[in-house]
Amino acid sequence: MNARVRSDANDPGAHLLPELPRDAEGPVFDAPWQAQVFAMAVKLHEQGHFTWAEWATHLGAEIKSAQESGDPDRGDTYYDHWLRALETLVAEKNLIGSAELTDRRDAWDRAARATPHGEPIVLGREQNP
Amino acid sequence: MGAGDHDHPHEHSELSELELRVRALESLLTEKGYVDPAALDEIIDTYENRVGPRNGARVVARAWSNEEYKAWLLKDATAAIADLGYTGRQGEDMQVLENTPAVHNMVVCTLCSCYPWPVLGLPPVWYKSAPYRSRVVIDPRGVLADFGVTLPDDTEIRVWDSTSEMRYLVLPMRPEGTEGWNEDRLADIVTRDSMIGTGIVSVPAAAAAAE
Repeated sequence: MNARVRSDANDPGAHLLPELPRDAEGPVFDAPWQAQVFAMAVKLHEQGHFTWAEWATHLGAEIKSAQESGDPDRGDTYYDHWLRALETLVAEKNLIGSAELTDRRDAWDRAARATPHGEPIVLGREQNP
Repeated sequence: MGAGDHDHPHEHSELSELELRVRALESLLTEKGYVDPAALDEIIDTYENRVGPRNGARVVARAWSNEEYKAWLLKDATAAIADLGYTGRQGEDMQVLENTPAVHNMVVCTLCSCYPWPVLGLPPVWYKSAPYRSRVVIDPRGVLADFGVTLPDDTEIRVWDSTSEMRYLVLPMRPEGTEGWNEDRLADIVTRDSMIGTGIVSVPAAAAAAE
């Protein structure tokens, strides 16, 4: 009985089932980017750019497609799927074109590389050194 | 200066592929006026700090303490939960599933990760994982065993698949030995997993010893 209490409390079956990632009631996001992408989807939904059913369908499709490409999908790549679903949906809804998104990704990459380590990364920095 | 031309490789910054893509999305959505960074921070703060399974535990403790509330909760969960102040995203259409000696309920979202945010916060990692999502449907008893829970053979297990339209909260059985406890004390022993159906509520050994 006591053993059950301990395993039930904040350490759900993860250690008992190696397949399942461990998850105590800890932080809900592993990295700031996960929180950002989560919040963007919630906000766009609230503003009526898509329904939650549309969102669930897109997210479900991305998860399925990742699994088919070999992702064991243990929950740790969940926000990767979330990001891809959002990228697809903003393009479908004509909020951001996919080419525009790729260009902007490249611009951030150039900006990061032009920024000395430890300084804030600002877009356009590579053009105005 | 030509970026990187004479730099040593470790002197400039680098963003991961995922960070780059998120920055691309956020900066474009902000420029086009679709999102406001302050509003995003507000959402993040809510889910990191203000919404979580303690909300659901209050609902369960109230239902255990008040028969009238429990009847309302089972009949109209959305309204009964809103009455305690827990409303908002992904809690618009709620149903509460009562565990009894005859029936044990478990919740999953086989499609993605639909989950009742206002009462449980954001889902744990394992809830979002393929092993849980696929196995709980096929072998609920096996999954329960992995969580350290064994139920009598004659207890029926029902697995409920959440959707974007309907979210479920399990009302676990109140453990013996909690007679006369007030709601605060009861809420303290209600675990997140017990409200998903992968756990049961037990009286912690320390509390039992203190009786």
